[in-house]
Amino acid sequence: MTITLTKADMVEHLFDELGLNKREAKDLVEMFFEEIRDALETGNHVKLSGFGNFMLRDKTQRPGRNPKTGEEIPVTARRVVTFRPGQKLKQRVEEYGSSGA
Amino acid sequence: MTKSEIIDILSRKQSHLSSRDVESSVKLLLDKMSESLSSGGRIEVRGFGSFSLHHRAARKGRNPKTGDQVALPPKHVPHFKPGKELRERVNESRATHPIQD
Repeated sequence: MTITLTKADMVEHLFDELGLNKREAKDLVEMFFEEIRDALETGNHVKLSGFGNFMLRDKTQRPGRNPKTGEEIPVTARRVVTFRPGQKLKQRVEEYGSSGA
Repeated sequence: MTKSEIIDILSRKQSHLSSRDVESSVKLLLDKMSESLSSGGRIEVRGFGSFSLHHRAARKGRNPKTGDQVALPPKHVPHFKPGKELRERVNESRATHPIQD
């Protein structure tokens, strides 16, 4: 079974490690993700050293298909977020090896 | 935007917390997230996105300097899938906010 980390676990972690109260910890976790969204929403890349970079890309319109019906529909131009893991995270994850997941 | 800029913004907005606590919190969050992924887990944050591991099969590579063939073991790489809110907010800002370098 895969273990999933959620915001509730993060709140618990800040409570355990730093002694922030639950309210403060919850606000901080919420605001952390909101600041990243906000930066990306205003056209800024977000670089978190040791973890990775959230990068923005503008994609032009391209031909696409409805995979069910085979009908051709254009994929409209859009802006997307991509995540590029940092060297440190990549290394740590690689060490998890080839089993599982 | 960088990690230290996020810490600065959060410290200003959470003025009842010391900037040291805010800095520790951000570092603890990112460490916790890295640790979760490197032990084979997932991360799910509603409205932001989810992180999981993707498997890469073993392959033969070459040492770019010597041209010697080397066997590369199977490994996992971190993968991020943006959540609905993040996807929509980023895409909607396309017209008003050019991507900054």
